Order: sequence, then structure tokens, then C-alpha cells
Amino acid sequence: MKFNFLHNFGRYILMLRSAISRPEKFSMYWKETMRQMNDIGVGSLVIVCLIAVFIGAVTAVQFAYQLQDSFVPNYYIGYIVRDSTIIELAPTITCLVLAGKVGSNIAAEIGGMRQKEHIDAMEIMGVNTAAYLIMPKVIAALFVIPLLVCTAAVVSITGGYMSSVPTGWITDAEYIRGVRSFFESYYVLMMFVKAIVFAFILTTVPAYQGYYVKGGSIELGQASTQAVVYSDILILLADYLIALLLTV
Amino acid sequence: MIRIENIRKSFGDVEVLKGVSTTFEPGKSNLIIGKSGAGKTVMLKILVGLLRPTSGNIWYGDINFGELDKKQLRALRMDVGMLFQGSALFDSMTVEENVRFPLDMFTNKTAKEKLDRVNYCLERVNLEGVNDKFPSETSGGMQKRIGIARSIVLEPKYLFCDEPNSGLDPTTALLIDELIVDITKENNITTIINTHDMNSVMEIGDNIVLLHHGELVWQGNKDEVVESDNSVLQDFIFASPFLQRLRKAALAGGGKL
Repeated sequence: MKFNFLHNFGRYILMLRSAISRPEKFSMYWKETMRQMNDIGVGSLVIVCLIAVFIGAVTAVQFAYQLQDSFVPNYYIGYIVRDSTIIELAPTITCLVLAGKVGSNIAAEIGGMRQKEHIDAMEIMGVNTAAYLIMPKVIAALFVIPLLVCTAAVVSITGGYMSSVPTGWITDAEYIRGVRSFFESYYVLMMFVKAIVFAFILTTVPAYQGYYVKGGSIELGQASTQAVVYSDILILLADYLIALLLTV
Repeated sequence: MIRIENIRKSFGDVEVLKGVSTTFEPGKSNLIIGKSGAGKTVMLKILVGLLRPTSGNIWYGDINFGELDKKQLRALRMDVGMLFQGSALFDSMTVEENVRFPLDMFTNKTAKEKLDRVNYCLERVNLEGVNDKFPSETSGGMQKRIGIARSIVLEPKYLFCDEPNSGLDPTTALLIDELIVDITKENNITTIINTHDMNSVMEIGDNIVLLHHGELVWQGNKDEVVESDNSVLQDFIFASPFLQRLRKAALAGGGKL
């Protein structure tokens, strides 16, 4: 088990090293990166917004319920929704969802190419397959996922408003006052740091699972599942480490 | 020309290739034949660099393949074309995009020059008007021909074909064989074909290498097959009673089939 981990970790690092190299043809990599930006970004926008609006809504309702009959002022609901969204919920929940959607897709796409000998065909042509198949996905994710997380934060805060103001838990003025109170721009930086680290994890780990897949369709399915499970675990671990590092 | 010297390959304790040495010459159809598990595919993968041999040398002309670094290897691969058993065409690309892919990746030709080259290669394999089709919309024989077109689009010096006839009817298989031979002779390419199709052996085998349990047990050309007294070769080529009777008849008539 121990050596298996070291073997996989070593191979993962070697794959990344191989992926970081000068493109054979910049225009081909650019085209592929644009395609990936569209697939990861535009393709995930609806699900990210849908989840974000409910996260904000539930957070607001839960806190409104817990704060009722307490001495804590009502406008704190907006403040709590904003900070919990920016610091934790938007980057972490969004990236956990993306690990499922985008990560499984990457593992299946690259794994399928391995099994159908597409990767061998490219290698024989002289293409650096680790670079061509993995780097555009990583670069696209590093640009697009922070934007998705940012969108998720805005939508989540809006979701909090929609669930608490029209239903009478809190007034419009109170919610907006809460959202504007005690704002720390450092939390936004923390959100982007998390989004970038998580984006790297949720693309490279599935890419590794797909790139080295062996066997048939059952193994491809397993690789896709492992890609999501390992990405999720690593995202949560990274979340904890970033929280430790950036809040000390 | 490709020359291999004492190639060995082991997977764990299992030795798949046991010191194979031979030469594959340009302009000829070099065939690697043998039963399933004889080591043909491993040999081909070693020749194209998808696997590293446990020991031994491979020479592409004067270049020792094993001593190349990654950059030099990629440069050499520009001279290599390969037709895969399953064609390995990219499903999400059209036929034209598939054939054009190596040009897009490695050349600075204009769009028109690339299109002209793609069309020439598709015409060369007798495929016209299929540019906008996807591989899934073409037959198995067409996919093989698209694979050949893609493998020759960069004008390679070396062409490798892994089971080019598998899954094809005899007529189409013959057409694919003829196509490979014509392209080999026209461009003086060193072509290595991995096959266990007996029609191919008897029709196009200029240089046949027989592998058995990882060892080279016989080498010759198609005209020497019938008269050879190598029992492994005879068991392999003339496996059925019908083919054995055919061989006897051929021997009685002077050794020609």
C-alpha cells in the first residue's frame, strides 16, 4: 500500500514534468485550450449556478432560524452568508461538484483515448501526449474555474437574499447591510487561492487516472470513479491546509 | 533500413522476446508472422518505441534508436508512420481532420497546401469525397485506408502496420495489401507488417520473419515458404488439411503455388 502510493505519486510527478514542455505547435495547443475553456467553463455554468443558489438559500434560512429570538442582529444573516460563501462554500462545494463533472469527464476522455490506441498513435507521430492532452485542460481550468467560483459566490449571496427577504425572515435593508458589513478583501484572495489549487487538483488527478488506465471498460469506469474520489479527498485536504496556512 | 540486434524483452519473469536479430530493408514488404502470443506485437511496439527492450539494439539507418533522448526520438518519429489494428482514428474529428492532424501539428504549410496534401493522400488510398465524414460513418476497410492516408501524410521513411487485414473480407484485405506494397515501392519506404493473414504472406511477403515463442525460427520470402522444411513454418502456414493438400500438390508440381 505504502509503495503503491509512492509509485503512483512518482508517476504523477513524472507525468506533470513531461506535460510541462514547449508545445510542438502553439496554435494547436491554443485551439485545444479554447475548446477546454468552453467545455469546462460554459459547460459547467448552469450546474454551478444551480448549486450555488441553493447553498446561499439554505445557509440564509438556517442562520435565520438559529438567530431568531437571539440577541444577534438580523443583518448578521447577510454577513454570515457572504463570508461563509466566499471563504468556504463557493470554492469548495463548486470544486467538489466540478471534480465530479469535469474530473470524471477528463478521466474517461483520456482513458478512452488510451484504450483506443489514440495516445499511441499520437506518440508515434511525435506528439508529446502528456503535454497536448493534459496542459490545455489544466490551463483552461486554472483560468475558468476561479471565474466559476466567483460567479458561484455572487449567485449564492443572491440566493441567500431570495430565500430570506421575500419570505419575511429579514428585510431588504438588513440583508444588504449585512452583506456590506465587516468586509475583508483578504477573504476574496483566499477564495481565489482555493479555486486555483482545487482547479489544478481536479484536472491533473483525473488526467493521471485516465492517462495510465489499463484493461477494458470496467477499468475505465474504475479509473473515472477513482478520479472523482481522489480529487474530492485531495480538495478537502488542500482546503484544510490552505485554511491553516492563510489564517495563521 | 532497420536493423535489430539481439532484442530481448521480459515482463517480470516471462521472457517474451529471446534475442531476435534481423534486418528490414527499404522498398520491400517485411512481414513479421507467428501465432498469437509469439511476440509479434511486442516486437512491433519495441520497433516504434512504445516499449523499451530489456536488452539489444535497434538501428534506424545509422541511428541507434535506444540512445536517442526524448527530443531526438520525437524528431525521428516524424519519419515514422503507423497503421494500427483498430485504425486508431480520432472519433471526434472528420476524415479530413484526422489525415490533416500531423500536418497541423508539425508543419507550417498553408491551409491550401495542407488540403491539397490531404486530398492527394486520400486519393492515393482510393478514397474521395469522404473528407467531411466521421470515422464512425465509414466501413472497416475505409477506416484502414484512412489510417494509411494519415500514416503517409508526412511522407515517412518507415511504415509500420499492425494486423492491417484483421476484420476485413478477403477482397478488401487484398486491396489493403496491394496499397501498402504500392506505397512502399513508390517511396522506397521500409515497411514492416505484423500479420497472421496467410494470403498476405503468400502474396506480398518479400521478407518474412517467423517468430515462435519469442524466437526467430525462420526467415525467407514467399517463394521459399512452400519448399521450406521448417516444421514450425509449415504448421503455421499450412495449418488446415486443405492447405496441406495444396502444399503437397504444389510440391509435386515444382514447388510453386
